[in-house]
Amino acid sequence: MEALLRPRIMLSLTIILIPIFLFISGASSHQIRINNAERRIDLSTHIVKVFLTLKVENTGKTSASEILLAFPPTQVDHLAFLEALAATGKKKKKTYVSLAVKPTQLPDAPNETNYYTIVLANPLNTGETATLEILYILTHSLEPFPVEISQSESQLVYYRDSALILSPYHIKQQTTFIKIPSNKVESFTRVEPTDRAGNELKYGPYEDRPPYSYSPLLVHFENNNPFSVVEELVREVEISHWGNLQITEQYKLAHAGARHKGIFSRVDYQSKPTFSGVSSFKHLLARLPPRVHSVYYRDEIGNISTSHLRADSWKISELEIEPRYPLFGGWRATFVIGYGLPLEDFLFESSDGRRYLNFTFGCPLVETVVDKLTIKVVLPEGAKGPSAVVPFPVEQRLETKYSYLDVVGRTVVVLEKKNVVPVHNIPFQVYYTFKPIFMLAEPMMLASAFFLFFTACVAYLHVDLSIRK
Amino acid sequence: MAAAAKAGEATLRHAFGNVLSFFILLLIGVLAFSIRLFSVIKYESVIHEFDPYFNYRVTQFLTKNGIYDFWNWFDDRTWYPLGRVIGGTVYPGLTLTAGTIWWLLNSLNIPLSVETVCVFTAPIFSAFASWATYLLTKEVKGAGAGLTAAALLAMVPSYISRSVAGSYDNEAVAIFALIITFYLYIKTLNTGSLFYATLNAIAYFYMVCSWGGYTFIINLIPMHVLLCIVTGRYSSRLYIAYAPLVVLGTLLAALVPVVGFNAVMTSEHFASFLVFIILHVVALVYYIKGILSPKMFKVAVTLVVSVGLVVCCAVIAILVALVASSPTKGWSGRSLSLLDPTYASKYIPIIASVSEHQPPTWPSYFMDINVLAFLVPAGIIACFLPLSDASSFVVLYIVTSVYFSGVMVRLMLVFAPAACIMSGIALSQAFDVFTRSIKFQLLRILGFSEADAGDGSSANVVPENDAVKVDKSEETIKERPSRKNKKKEKEQMEKAQAEKTSAKSKTEKRLLVLPMELSVIGLLLLVFMGAFYVVHCVWAAAEAYSAPSIVLTSYTHEGLHVFDDFREAYAWLRHNTEVDDKVASWWDYGYQTTAMANRTVIVDNNTWNNTHIATVGTAMSSPEKAAWEIFNSLDVKYVLVVFGGLVGYPSDDINKFLWMVRIGGGVFPHIKEPDYLRDGQYRIDSQATPTMLNCLMYKLSYYRFVETDGKGFDRVRRTEIGKKYFKLTHFEEVFTTHHWMVRIYKLKPSKNRIRGKMKKSKSRTSTPSSKRSGSRKKNPWQ
Repeated sequence: MEALLRPRIMLSLTIILIPIFLFISGASSHQIRINNAERRIDLSTHIVKVFLTLKVENTGKTSASEILLAFPPTQVDHLAFLEALAATGKKKKKTYVSLAVKPTQLPDAPNETNYYTIVLANPLNTGETATLEILYILTHSLEPFPVEISQSESQLVYYRDSALILSPYHIKQQTTFIKIPSNKVESFTRVEPTDRAGNELKYGPYEDRPPYSYSPLLVHFENNNPFSVVEELVREVEISHWGNLQITEQYKLAHAGARHKGIFSRVDYQSKPTFSGVSSFKHLLARLPPRVHSVYYRDEIGNISTSHLRADSWKISELEIEPRYPLFGGWRATFVIGYGLPLEDFLFESSDGRRYLNFTFGCPLVETVVDKLTIKVVLPEGAKGPSAVVPFPVEQRLETKYSYLDVVGRTVVVLEKKNVVPVHNIPFQVYYTFKPIFMLAEPMMLASAFFLFFTACVAYLHVDLSIRK
Repeated sequence: MAAAAKAGEATLRHAFGNVLSFFILLLIGVLAFSIRLFSVIKYESVIHEFDPYFNYRVTQFLTKNGIYDFWNWFDDRTWYPLGRVIGGTVYPGLTLTAGTIWWLLNSLNIPLSVETVCVFTAPIFSAFASWATYLLTKEVKGAGAGLTAAALLAMVPSYISRSVAGSYDNEAVAIFALIITFYLYIKTLNTGSLFYATLNAIAYFYMVCSWGGYTFIINLIPMHVLLCIVTGRYSSRLYIAYAPLVVLGTLLAALVPVVGFNAVMTSEHFASFLVFIILHVVALVYYIKGILSPKMFKVAVTLVVSVGLVVCCAVIAILVALVASSPTKGWSGRSLSLLDPTYASKYIPIIASVSEHQPPTWPSYFMDINVLAFLVPAGIIACFLPLSDASSFVVLYIVTSVYFSGVMVRLMLVFAPAACIMSGIALSQAFDVFTRSIKFQLLRILGFSEADAGDGSSANVVPENDAVKVDKSEETIKERPSRKNKKKEKEQMEKAQAEKTSAKSKTEKRLLVLPMELSVIGLLLLVFMGAFYVVHCVWAAAEAYSAPSIVLTSYTHEGLHVFDDFREAYAWLRHNTEVDDKVASWWDYGYQTTAMANRTVIVDNNTWNNTHIATVGTAMSSPEKAAWEIFNSLDVKYVLVVFGGLVGYPSDDINKFLWMVRIGGGVFPHIKEPDYLRDGQYRIDSQATPTMLNCLMYKLSYYRFVETDGKGFDRVRRTEIGKKYFKLTHFEEVFTTHHWMVRIYKLKPSKNRIRGKMKKSKSRTSTPSSKRSGSRKKNPWQ
């Protein structure tokens, strides 16, 4: 145990060194070594993006096909997205291959460390090296401090992490860059060598750190970017084979930054926009698909008149919306956005005769975290055998919905995902089979109902039911 | 042979006439519906104004929780801390109607929201009302007059003002119920059918469910019955028309919780029972007259009259004593103010403070019924030629409603259908006379013999009066042989009568032929007047009456500017305050706050408790500390004021302030109106009284207002405010909307007691504190 604790000066900071490699099952941690790790943490918005570049070498005897990534338990709850790419080729002709990433449980994980396994495309033989590009995104990781601010103050937040990359492997050399939105940094932890240049902090390079090295890191800085969080978003996509795709999105928006305290003065807000309410926001931008039509924006008490639409038939349409009131920290608002889209842009027929809807997952609002996203794809009445193909794990279930003059109801494919960030705005598909004859069911029903009605009228006028003549 | 051909031609004509009237009615319905959609097109599909928000909220509750919970609903989100029993204090007709429509649509899987149904209830029922007007006028003066009256009613501005899309108020369905009740009464009177009498009672029940104005029906119909009896028009039909209505109608009315025993106890219903008794006495007299010889009858009359008078006197004396023992003589305040227009302003400021309870001005008659005002007298004259039971009823209706509309501007709504019916009759008769004259003159010019022409005119241009009757009989022959058989005798009698009258009218019509030029000019003038009416109505519907009043718009050189401050404030309250927080505001905004912000309010537009409203009025007109104490004792956390001074919105709280003072002072005498007045006026400029400048309403309205333009210029009062720089000690501003129209303040928590500080402040402000303690004693919440 003590063998691990190399005598090093740790600059009066607590170091949590967890000597566990003896207990970890599997030999992978012995044989993999990270030669160089570079981490870039982007804190410019409230969505924390971390770019991690690992140069991995297999120093063991056998070939390795898996690389483990470790996350402290505080981060894993906020981990919204994780992607690993393997870089191959020379500098100019680099190509990236996406690698499979799956969560893994190790029986003897120290301090509830969580792992993700990256499955390499080609097993790494002894002595070989590989370069991995890893992107992960954390939400709700900037903690406002002070927790409550008044209208005139700007918002300061904490970011906590480790100066050393948490890893089950020995890291030969590592550097961390932290990018912050402005020059205003209240304080940051120094783990020598530490350097600050403008709005970038540099930690490292640190040499030869054993597995599970940890050195707490705290940055306290100003971040006045809108902390717009959609606590719940329900997107309903209704397919009509008469040529329209109707989308209804119900938002529960909140400002997740430092809570607003005390008075809100409209005079100050209107006359001194640079000093007053800098952390509040009142504009939101939604990127809607091209050829969008009949857009509406309202809430439960009526239309909200403050919105602008820049519709385009080729490019992305932009809808700029304002909630009814500016959102200060802790304030909430709910609203509904609805729009129609031409069906031929989104509905296709696959080679096996099934139809599929190709639509974007995620939230159309720019730079927004969605805590809970529910997508409901309402298939036309009579559609059978629905199946959804989503590039990342989501919860799926089926529901039935009754809409205009439905008899058997429409099948609804419900997809649920927590912690959605803008990188999740990628297409997903819903496959189903549908016979076009079902399109005529409702018109025929109406026609026959009217026909019966008129027949009944005619019959009533011509039938004499009186007893006495 | 020729007669058969002629008969065939006549049936064909009538068939065409029926189809034509059907399509005209359909189009009138479409017109009535679509002219009310300006508000949706120009603004949005949203509930309007104040009361409709309450109705909307009740409907939401009904659709969510079902009918039984609705009857038992105790609403704890209003009139805090008293609450309000909604099920027993609301006229449920409108709510149940919209709830039923919603339920029907949803069970057909047509997923319309409750809001959509509520918004479009009023236009739909306007279409129904215009059809009911057709039926009623048809009973009075024939189909032509009916169609004209229906078309006029479809677009009469007075009715539009209460029934545009989104104006989800009781009147929306009540006018339909009113007209259909009158129609069924007339129908029963004309036919003597018990079937229609039962329907009439049901229609009356619907009216009782819908609107407090049902008392108008239950007083008007007895008046008409009495009129008929006095003028010697008693018949068994009159008995059938009236007696079942009183019995069934009163029983049904007592089923409505809000009416309950009022249906037999209050003075508003007294007339109907009195007439009911008189009717029976008269019926008895007629019966006895029938079985006795004239001599015996005279003896019997003297006997009965002498005994009857004694009994009557005794009964009346008891009744008078009973009625006189109650302070309001058994009348509700609103009814009393109808009988005595000065009553409300003398005794109940809260009724007088509502703008729609004020007497109308002359221009408002022109605005609301336009050219109908000139046509009504002509219609009344037409009703007297000849006077029938039905036409006498319509005359009585218009005379009484003119009086009521003169007392309360809101009752213009009752007057409008009467005016439409009268004008419809007048227009139709005038057209009749003019076209017949033209035809007659044309035929003469073309060289026909006079006799032929006269014949032709009466044969071809069948006067509407006859047409209807023949029409009716033929219709029944064709369509309802079974019914017809039952009424064969009557029909024949009617036919004979019709022939008689037509023969009579033929001779009259010969006399009524006017010169060609005069008729053409008259016709053109009538068409021109109709066109003017249509233009005016469309303008009124589009410009004057379609604003939802929660969204305001103005046109500037940059284009349309929208003031959506009310909803901004309500949405803020809804999402950013605790769900159990209490919001105090003047009662005008109570319904909107509960419906849109879903927060508990102290008072709302159902002004049932004058003391409670007076408490809020007192708080608003007290200095800050006293107001804080009143509000704090009521658990209030937020105070909402409406302020129009920045953008020039005139109906804000400062302009309503005189009512707060007056109502508050009416209950708590330490609020004295003269303290707020300078030269008999409420002023907020430098001439204002110190009481005014220190009252809560002034402070909350103008807090930091001076910082907007540096001078504090109030655009509503067109003056600079009196006190510009001041601080709030017991309240803090938590939200102000974009155009400052709604300002929300939070009550500061009470300070911790610090011994030294208390002493110091006491010694320093000894005089005002003594004054304050004096006022505190009168404070009802301590």
